[in-house]
Amino acid sequence: MAIINMPALSPTMTEGKLARWLVKEGDTVSSGDVIAEIETDKALMEVEALDDGVMTSILVAEGTEGVAVGTAIAEILDEGEESALGGQPPVAAPKAKPEPAARPATEEQVVKQASPPMPKAMPMPEKDTAQPQAAQNGDKGDRIFASPLARRIAEQKGINLSHLKGTGPHGRIIKQDVENASPGMARTDTAKPRAMPADPSEQSTLIPVSTTRKVIASRLQQSMQDAPHFYLNMDIELDALLAARKAINSAQSDAAKVTINDLLIKCAAACLIKVPEVNSSWEGDYIRQWHHADIAVAVALEGGLVTPIVWQADQKSLTSVSGEVKALVQKAQEGRLKLEEFSGGSFTISNLGMFGISSFTAVINPPHGAILAIGAGREMPVVKDGAITTATMMTATLSCDHRVVDGAVGAKWMAEFKTIVENPMLALI
Amino acid sequence: MSDKSTYDLVVIGGGPGGYVAAIRASQLGLKVAVVERENMGGVCLNWGCIPTKALLRAAEIYHLAATADQFGITIGQLSFDPEKVVKRSRDVAATLSAGINHLMKKNKITVYAATAQLREKSGEDWQITLDKGDPLRARKVILATGARARHLLGITPDGENIVTYRDAMTPKTMPKHLIIIGSGAIGMEFASFYADMGVNVTVVEAADRILPVEDHEISAMAEKAFMARGITIHKGAKLEQVNASKAPATGVKARVAIDGKTTELSADRLILAVGITANVENLGLEEAGVKLDRGHVVTDGFGQTNVKGIYAIGDMTGAPWLAHKASHEGVIAAEHIAGKSDGHTMKATDIPGCTYCRPQIASVGLTEKAALDAGYTLKIGRFPFRGNGKAIALGDDDGMVKTIFDQKTGELLGAHMIGPEVTELIQGYVVARQCEATEAELMQAVFPHPTLSEAMHESVLDAFDRVIHF
Repeated sequence: MAIINMPALSPTMTEGKLARWLVKEGDTVSSGDVIAEIETDKALMEVEALDDGVMTSILVAEGTEGVAVGTAIAEILDEGEESALGGQPPVAAPKAKPEPAARPATEEQVVKQASPPMPKAMPMPEKDTAQPQAAQNGDKGDRIFASPLARRIAEQKGINLSHLKGTGPHGRIIKQDVENASPGMARTDTAKPRAMPADPSEQSTLIPVSTTRKVIASRLQQSMQDAPHFYLNMDIELDALLAARKAINSAQSDAAKVTINDLLIKCAAACLIKVPEVNSSWEGDYIRQWHHADIAVAVALEGGLVTPIVWQADQKSLTSVSGEVKALVQKAQEGRLKLEEFSGGSFTISNLGMFGISSFTAVINPPHGAILAIGAGREMPVVKDGAITTATMMTATLSCDHRVVDGAVGAKWMAEFKTIVENPMLALI
Repeated sequence: MSDKSTYDLVVIGGGPGGYVAAIRASQLGLKVAVVERENMGGVCLNWGCIPTKALLRAAEIYHLAATADQFGITIGQLSFDPEKVVKRSRDVAATLSAGINHLMKKNKITVYAATAQLREKSGEDWQITLDKGDPLRARKVILATGARARHLLGITPDGENIVTYRDAMTPKTMPKHLIIIGSGAIGMEFASFYADMGVNVTVVEAADRILPVEDHEISAMAEKAFMARGITIHKGAKLEQVNASKAPATGVKARVAIDGKTTELSADRLILAVGITANVENLGLEEAGVKLDRGHVVTDGFGQTNVKGIYAIGDMTGAPWLAHKASHEGVIAAEHIAGKSDGHTMKATDIPGCTYCRPQIASVGLTEKAALDAGYTLKIGRFPFRGNGKAIALGDDDGMVKTIFDQKTGELLGAHMIGPEVTELIQGYVVARQCEATEAELMQAVFPHPTLSEAMHESVLDAFDRVIHF
């Protein structure tokens, strides 16, 4: 017997959308079969069956949003096994999306419920969902570990503990975490509905906000609120890098050709090792300086963006960085990124050059200390040795978290970056 | 230099900070050496915490025997042998010091009996020279050299008439009249010991109350209890001059200004207990560029000094000068060095302080005044031991438990205790503070009956007007 619970697919996930069931009630499933898709923080994730059996009850209809982690979503039984569910009512699908699958109990289930359930009072948690199930303090999700004092201060300040990251033992939320929490984390469930002007529905369209969109919104808002941003611009000549790319690609098969962006990742990686102060994260009482350049690359998706990571880019060859970026972008576009492929990292590069943007400032991607915004390469008149000539110029903008990176440190990093981009042979050293 | 004398970590000083740091580092897989110039265990074990507890135990037994009559027990003529009392104290220290040596062996820590000095860096490593034997090489260094008694300008301890803690805990004879300069933990423990052994004790304190770091109510209750024991206390007293004659028989004279009036006190011995001075000399700190502030090494929350690879812990890094602070800092530093740090640092207000005089005194967190100065609105609870059944049964019901809460959040800001065994009780509040318990959890916790700890529960209840037994 197995109750399938809403899994926590990332450490911060408290709820998710049950996007789709891939099996129907009555289907036979084997351990490892993909039975459902869940839309989480950033991607569509698959839920696998952990046991062999028959999918007897689907408890949460597809399309249901805001399903708390730990909620029972389905039951898989061995042949002839009794349901442990008792009278647990199925969660209805949202009204906006009426579906025949938003179902009352099946006949089969009614019959089962008529016979007394087995004296197993509680369904046993699955192997991987070892977290305690009942939430003593919340309306949704699994148990939050917080000290009594932290709970009380959070209550007084109206802060939702599920949004906080604990710094106490085993990630326990302590007083300091609540005191450092920004007002942006305050609960909004008590907010009064805003008075609306005349019915706007005729002049506008309401677009439901996806889980992904919500996460992007809250993370970026938090970043702008918490991290004091400042920006450093640098004009960089690209001709040497373009020449290097041409030389490299002339020796590569079409599939293995590298992009300017791949080269910029390698250049940035070298600078992050040279100026490690920029390769750092703010963690309250201390700054975490990373040993490797784990560079996240911003990838635009329909309805959002995601930042998959090239781990240890400083250690990898240009061709392996290039290959990884290609694979990550493809996976991102297909919504197949695994959690560990886009969580963490130490630095971000966002490139809007392909849209002809000359320069822009980017919002830092927490927990990183800086993000590099790359503009388009443009052929421009420049003055060299007193004479006007032309060169391919690009403007790079470094957004820094001033808690981690001071102006002079950021400037030093940018100077290194300019030097290496304009003299790409240095990347070999 | 041979591999044999190259270490991941060399700890200079084998006191409660140094040896604990060494054990923790060894547990985490580092190759560790300790350099100790005297005995493992440092002042704490050899000349401080431990031997004085042995002396105070003797004093307690003597006091209990002297008051046995109230329990219905008749004891004949009482007397004691100062030599035996001191010998037991030294034996206790020796036993424990031998135990530390065993712990070093067990943890594969090499101990060098020598005086160490930092030398130049060779590559990433520090070179450390020893006064005896070959130099050592260390990737990381923890300085844990502790402190020594502070001397007042113009007063030179002679080991006979004018003494500091070392001689004070190894008396060959008992003085008739003893002057103690300083009423901190060290001064009051000696006052308590000697008074119990029948010595006429006078305490001179420059501040306007004794035990000046404690909550003012505790200071006042302690003063009352000491005066009841016949101890003379001069507060707000400025020591102007001390004259000691060479011949021990003629004793010592101290000129003291109290409220502008000069008084001459005479006694046959004087103990100087006016704080400590960090041992920062002859370690090569200046050459290495280690930053000091008012005689103490400056460190961050992980014990790192301003010089990369050099850590410092314990007394030499500043107040509070307590063994458990040094040990805790040693663990934090060792874990940081081994890359195991979970970011846990120590707050001074979380370090409990204990004084083992009679009555005992223990505290953690903010005093009432400090809490008010910090802007809190307070809820204060008090419970006297005379409302506690166990204390009455013990015949030791003098004292109280005072708890201070933030009215707004219910945070336990401080706890201050005076009375029987409070040095053993305080950790209940220490744990509560570390776990960030509020008054609610402390009220909900079940305290066993009959115990002294019930007074801790009642004090919390009293802060919220729910006290039961008073």
